[in-house]
Amino acid sequence: MTFALILIAVLMLGSAAAAMLLRNLIHSALLLILSWAGVAMFYLWAGAEFVAFAQILVYVGAISMVVLFAVLLTRQNQVADMLIEPATRLRAISAFTVGACLAAVMASAILSSHFRPPAAAAPATDVKQIGLDLMQHHGAALLIVGVILTVALLGATVLAATEAKRNREDTP
Amino acid sequence: MIIAAANSYLERAPLEWRDWAVNLLPVPLQWLTHHLITIVGVLAVFGLFFAFTTVAERKLLGRLQNRLGPNRSGVPKFSILPWHLKHKLFGLTQPFADAIKALTKEDIVPAAADHVLHFLAPVIVVAFSLMTFAVLPFGRNIIPVDLDAALLYFFAAGAATELAIFMAGWSSRNKYSLLAAMRALAQLISYELPLILSVVPIVLVAGTLSTKTIVVNQGFWTFGFLPHWFIFTPWGAAGFLIFLVAALAESNRSPFDLPEAESELIAGHLTEYSGFKYALFFMAEYFGLTALSGLGVTLFLGGWQAPCAFLEFIPSYLWFMMKLVGMIVFFIWVRGTLLRLRIDQLTRLAWQFLVPLALLNIANAAFWVLTSHWSGPLQLVRWAVSLAIVVIPFLVMGRSLTAGYAPRTYRYAP
Amino acid sequence: MTPLHLCLLISTGLFCIGLTGALARSNTILVLLGIELMLNAANLNFIAFWRFGPATSQANGMIFVLFAIAIAAAEAAVGLALIIAVYRHQKNIRLQETSHLKG
Repeated sequence: MTFALILIAVLMLGSAAAAMLLRNLIHSALLLILSWAGVAMFYLWAGAEFVAFAQILVYVGAISMVVLFAVLLTRQNQVADMLIEPATRLRAISAFTVGACLAAVMASAILSSHFRPPAAAAPATDVKQIGLDLMQHHGAALLIVGVILTVALLGATVLAATEAKRNREDTP
Repeated sequence: MIIAAANSYLERAPLEWRDWAVNLLPVPLQWLTHHLITIVGVLAVFGLFFAFTTVAERKLLGRLQNRLGPNRSGVPKFSILPWHLKHKLFGLTQPFADAIKALTKEDIVPAAADHVLHFLAPVIVVAFSLMTFAVLPFGRNIIPVDLDAALLYFFAAGAATELAIFMAGWSSRNKYSLLAAMRALAQLISYELPLILSVVPIVLVAGTLSTKTIVVNQGFWTFGFLPHWFIFTPWGAAGFLIFLVAALAESNRSPFDLPEAESELIAGHLTEYSGFKYALFFMAEYFGLTALSGLGVTLFLGGWQAPCAFLEFIPSYLWFMMKLVGMIVFFIWVRGTLLRLRIDQLTRLAWQFLVPLALLNIANAAFWVLTSHWSGPLQLVRWAVSLAIVVIPFLVMGRSLTAGYAPRTYRYAP
Repeated sequence: MTPLHLCLLISTGLFCIGLTGALARSNTILVLLGIELMLNAANLNFIAFWRFGPATSQANGMIFVLFAIAIAAAEAAVGLALIIAVYRHQKNIRLQETSHLKG
């Protein structure tokens, strides 16, 4: 049980770290997608199957496409198109210290806290109960999330589309 | 009679053979063997199915085009039989000849290509296409993995194949491959929405995401010979039509085969692939088509249920295979008949026609569920209103979207 | 160290990797990817507490994570559209150069 968790954690954290360190932007995005798949595997390990499939469908199936399209549409030039400029040393070192300090603080807080004894097996929730919960207790939130997604879709379309017209009018 | 058919020897045979093989081994190995036998069984059956789909397609397309398909490859001349087997076997060994050709072809990778991604792309696309087979109920109690959220798993595994197409297009370091990959991705993303929306009415009516339960819900017959398959309801028929169109587009088949048409950007995102890797992409496309056909059979055509009560003596997995073959033959027929669509025509069809129709179909199914207590002459009203909700917008939108185009004129050779 | 502690440490690690990446890189898309990693780490926390928390038959943890995934998708779409709009204006995506509003 714990061995599987360690493997999933190594995959997830390793690919996330590699994604943040690499210079090639496409490799970075693809390693991050691997990290998201690792998160889905964690959800499966914990027994939350519905959330794991939703994670694969949304992150690996949709957000990865958006990220890759954005990377391709914002390429700079042919030679150095996929390379990222190296971060300046000071910014990198300070970011790393901030991350390390935060990790140390949170780890010490976690390790020194006592939790109530956990349940033996995963809580038995089937899809029907999730559906009933969503519609009955969280119906308002569901509708609001629908509105947010629609607004985001329209906004993204407007943002990415209007600039083209102005560019064409500018050039004589 | 139904109970007798459900327990007949042929019906229980695959499961009993598997259990017998598993029980031969010690207990620690049993879980592993159980699942290995399932996986090997699915791979063997659908691998052979893929092989014969390719030759069936070529022969059927040939017949549609007034020619014979491949009929030359038979057994080799030196057989181990005492007499000389000369028959060409109607070209049925063609897929094995094609496999040997693909395996022995030189594997050319461009020097500037990203080797890791170039290698991984066909692997990922085949892996995720095969993973979608895990939740299809092939027969009564014959399902590789019985998940509660089976439909969501199916669509999640299908969505991950799109990533591999991008990897194939980008890793070739060929700007035409990249353009074609982006076009293919646009097509796949556009048609994922009608595909998923056309399945939502089924979930609404059946009340579950589990494919096994959806097939069991289609099991009743009125008067003993009218099956309660979902296709025989107005919302089911509309949903099935939308599902067919979206499934054709999702597996890049004609009339939506712009990504891999030879008169377009050569082979599109597969330009720089040769030999076995090309064969793997080809195989993934057929696996995707078979999986989507299997899903269509499960959700709309009653899965492994027989059409009439007295035909239940034929085992359930044979019914599934027969319906699957029927759908694949229909897809091959459509390929040989319809013209290819342009990319702007395809995206217009998806966003402006199929998505509104699919959303209206969900409302239709909701109306059907809410009026399920109507009986007697009100049943006719229910069917009429349900049909009207689907047919009237179809006609209205069809007319308004093709307004302004002149009627199609056909010119035939004299 | 219970499994819950291990899961929480893993999500802390993911969060800090995302934070470091978001602070250190100068490419706007990588900053956005770091933010996505932080969102995923928070979701991991929710599922860890849903699984190992006190015995309950509620699905609140899963529902929160579902909503968080949906909102993250919306945010990623809008963020990347903004990046494309900024790219059209300044022809590259270095975060340090997007400082026209600086006083």
